[in-house]
Amino acid sequence: MHIVYAILDNPATKWAVLAMVMVMPLASLLTWAERRQSAMMQDRLGPNRARIPWPVVGRTRLWGILHFIADAIKMIAKEDFVPGSVHRGLFVLAPILALAPVLVAFAIIPFGPTIYPHSFTSVLDTYHLAAGSPETAAAFTDSIRLQVFQVEFGLIFYFAILTLANYGGTIAGWASYNKWALLGGLRSSSQMMSYEVSMGLSLIAMFLIWGTLEPGAMVQLQGSEPWKWGIVAWPFVPIGLISFVLFFTAAIAETKRAPFDLPEGEPEIIGYFVEYSGLRWGMFFLAEFIEIVFIAAVITTVFFGGYQLPFLDADGFRFGGEWVLVNGQQVHLGGAFAPLPHGIVTALQIGAFGAKVILLCWFQLMIRWTLPRMRVDQLMNLGWKILLPSSLGLIMIAALAKLISFL
Amino acid sequence: MGAHATDHDDSETDGPKVLSVSPRNPRVRTIQIHRPAPQDASFLAATAKGLGVTLRHFFKNVLRGKDHNYIETVEYPEKKVDYPERFRGLHRLMHRDDGAVRCVACMCCPTVCPAHCITIVPAQTDDKGIEKFPAVFEIDELRCVVCGLCVEACPCDAIRMDTGEHAKPVEERHDAVMTKDALLELGARSTAVQGGEGAAWRERK
Ligand code: SF4
Ligand code: SF4
Repeated sequence: MHIVYAILDNPATKWAVLAMVMVMPLASLLTWAERRQSAMMQDRLGPNRARIPWPVVGRTRLWGILHFIADAIKMIAKEDFVPGSVHRGLFVLAPILALAPVLVAFAIIPFGPTIYPHSFTSVLDTYHLAAGSPETAAAFTDSIRLQVFQVEFGLIFYFAILTLANYGGTIAGWASYNKWALLGGLRSSSQMMSYEVSMGLSLIAMFLIWGTLEPGAMVQLQGSEPWKWGIVAWPFVPIGLISFVLFFTAAIAETKRAPFDLPEGEPEIIGYFVEYSGLRWGMFFLAEFIEIVFIAAVITTVFFGGYQLPFLDADGFRFGGEWVLVNGQQVHLGGAFAPLPHGIVTALQIGAFGAKVILLCWFQLMIRWTLPRMRVDQLMNLGWKILLPSSLGLIMIAALAKLISFL
Repeated sequence: MGAHATDHDDSETDGPKVLSVSPRNPRVRTIQIHRPAPQDASFLAATAKGLGVTLRHFFKNVLRGKDHNYIETVEYPEKKVDYPERFRGLHRLMHRDDGAVRCVACMCCPTVCPAHCITIVPAQTDDKGIEKFPAVFEIDELRCVVCGLCVEACPCDAIRMDTGEHAKPVEERHDAVMTKDALLELGARSTAVQGGEGAAWRERK
């Protein structure tokens, strides 16, 4: 059994499961959700007809969810057309450059608690887990951490890797041998550069508050009590809330979607992937939706307690109680307590993470279909004159708050 | 500075404020631009307001039943909007009491038809009250502009456009040509008085 757990705990396995079971399906479902949701906001019906024409199951249309499969089949079946005068190598490389980094970046997101397979059916003994007593050690010999990479630089890795994704758009524009695509690529790179700055800076205040860059540690620090989550962090000013608004704005700009969809401008100004069709275009499209999921995951982790369900500790529901320092770790004990088996707790927490991510995706779609596109000068004004100074100011306030709390 | 140097009154609009107007060329002016206040420039308040509208529509459309939401879409092949009573649809040829075609091949409708889409080949009939009938009566529904002039022109209620159906999509152009048989199939017995009194109406009184 050890070998099975070791394989399950391997980063490659975890990444494959995360990407194939959670991220890809969610991203492809979003392609349907976006159209259906925008329809609902605009008093239309949207795509609601795709169904498999089988006798019994085919009769129910499932609100058209199967449209995402129909779309995938359509894109795969399309002709793989490469215009004659493009730079072939870069043209082929660009969609991969756009898609791969966003998939890799998921590695740092903790999407569930650490699983201890030996105590799966029993209540997790958090006190002895922290204390490391030898008589209970057998229960904790194997563990599966539901986070692919636990690295100290955590979210810095995310900023670094998403910078790579911007090359995808720029290179696509250049390689297409099309003036409009090139201009779109230039718009894309200028927008990405402007907003990456404030995106990174707006989160630094949260890094200061948590004292760590590592998302897993952040989630543990936020704990199961919702008033300790990042969004309500309140030393003198609502740092969490301001940081959330700043980061969310910059992050929407990073996904290149309305109101910041100048790089693409599908209907009128023509974007960097105008020469792309079929599956290659689909990769750009999918990368955009994966980025939406990813940003939802980052915001969930930093501001909304990650996989924590309110009042659900690792050993069951607990109201009140106190935090005890055991062997250098904070353990929540006492209070009104309803024990739950470790397996159920794990399932609930993964479900909570998924629910929060879906809710934030939904919110991003709401924003996308509410706001009209900005002009380029408004875009740059917002990025450099509002977001950047505000996030710099927020860092100072957060640092001051931290300093005062240490005094 | 003339009182009417500007061609419209700027003070009434939200546009830039005119500080002075050049006496030589009234179109050269010194203006003052309004910069939005910081709280407006951040778009936050406007975004929240807009989100309020879209959220209201979204939740009403998702949560409320069919008759209580804002959605007006009709799911077409299953549900159809009733056409108005006087909708001009596919043509049809009306029948006589004995089921024969009412048309007397007077050639009024092909003459008036602006699209030249009615083809009639008249033929003799033994019925002396009628003299002629259409051996061939074809309407090309692809060329028809649905003006209804043929119906207006017909002196004996032989052609009508009250089927309430529109022309069906076809794969070949010639499939859109309605033949006499097809037109008669859509038709029904007309209640108009057959034949009338002929020239004898002058002697009625
Ligand atoms: S509706 Fe107008 S165009 Fe069509 S057949 Fe009659 S007269 Fe011709
Ligand atoms: S106007 Fe009426 S009667 Fe005359 S040819 Fe046309 S359909 Fe026949």
